[in-house]
Amino acid sequence: MNLFVIFFATLFTHNIALTYFLGMCPFISISRSIKTAWGMGLAVIFVMTITAAVNWPIYYKILVPLKVEFLYYVLFIITIAALVQFVEMVTERFLPVLQVTLGVFLPLITVNCAILGLSLFMILRKYSYVQSIVYAFGSGVGWTIAIIAISGLRSKLIFADVPQALKGPGITMIIASIMALAFMGFTGMGGIQ
Amino acid sequence: MSNHLEKNSRKNKKKKIKLKFMFMHYNRIFFNTLWNDNPICRMVLGICSALAVTNRLSNAVAMGLGVTFAMVVSSVSISLIRNVVPRRVRMIVYMIVISTAVILVDRYLKAFFPDISEAMGAYVGLIITNCIIMGRAESFASLNKPVDSLIDALGAGCGYTFALLVIAFVRELLGFGSLFNIRVLGPDWTSWVIMIMAPGAFLVLGVFIWIVRSLQKSYDQTA
Repeated sequence: MNLFVIFFATLFTHNIALTYFLGMCPFISISRSIKTAWGMGLAVIFVMTITAAVNWPIYYKILVPLKVEFLYYVLFIITIAALVQFVEMVTERFLPVLQVTLGVFLPLITVNCAILGLSLFMILRKYSYVQSIVYAFGSGVGWTIAIIAISGLRSKLIFADVPQALKGPGITMIIASIMALAFMGFTGMGGIQ
Repeated sequence: MSNHLEKNSRKNKKKKIKLKFMFMHYNRIFFNTLWNDNPICRMVLGICSALAVTNRLSNAVAMGLGVTFAMVVSSVSISLIRNVVPRRVRMIVYMIVISTAVILVDRYLKAFFPDISEAMGAYVGLIITNCIIMGRAESFASLNKPVDSLIDALGAGCGYTFALLVIAFVRELLGFGSLFNIRVLGPDWTSWVIMIMAPGAFLVLGVFIWIVRSLQKSYDQTA
């Protein structure tokens, strides 16, 4: 499959936040300002690409030859937790500038379902190594686009008179619905499964 | 003799009161997590799966039961080992416990309900990162006794399943004109295809949260 098609599809036609509903918890709770949305988005792109690059060989080079594929949930979640910890240590030591931006968001990523979901989808769709990495990077960027767009919309909501019970998550879901509707306009411009 | 009887009945009464108290205690835990702190509407946790699998009622039932089972198993196990696990490594221990429970669910579905397992795809695995389970483990099971944790997990699981069923009911009815794959709306009904796609899911969940929060009298402003 063409790498460019995969990249484009993950950005628009098959956006992981708006079509596959992955990473919804931070999508709702951290989308109140554009600045924090940026930080979370960058952290997701970063961790997502690295985990895809590590989880692919773990599955195909260790689990498949040993015929214990059903253990992949446990192994994937351990790699993700370990990687997040490792990335945190490395950025703290060598890239203090990045640490300032990503610092708060990295621990939250372990329980972000987008990261695990991506590894599962990658196995389910039988991507090759390079395809997986492109898919992971594209999905991260797509997720970032979605969260930045919704945080931009939400920051305008301060001036709107929303019913008391609809404030917060309720109205955010309805905005997300309209955004998903807009993203459906890309359908047909190339897609993956 | 009468003295003895009296003593016995008093003892019984005491026991009854104790039982009643126990019942109230568990009741409170159960309904607190089921309605007042409903995972979907109040805490807004675990909505990935709530959105993804609610296009058919049968998927919603499978997901709800799967999450409830995984939550009960992991809550009780975490509560049993809560005094042994050092605080620094607790997260990763919880993760391993939860993912073991999820493997059980996944194997079970694959063996007995292959159609549903196929339809849910990767979302069965995503029960691991369902924040409800981790949230209950961290905020309740790691601090309370196993029986209390069991009740709490059951309450949260039922609340979650209830929310899923309501959303799936609306989506399947409008999107396919059917309930549990049985057509109910007649041949003249034009299916609202948008309801089974992503935008419909967001919209129904948004409106559902709105209605439930209006019904709950004392809500404070969170998030």
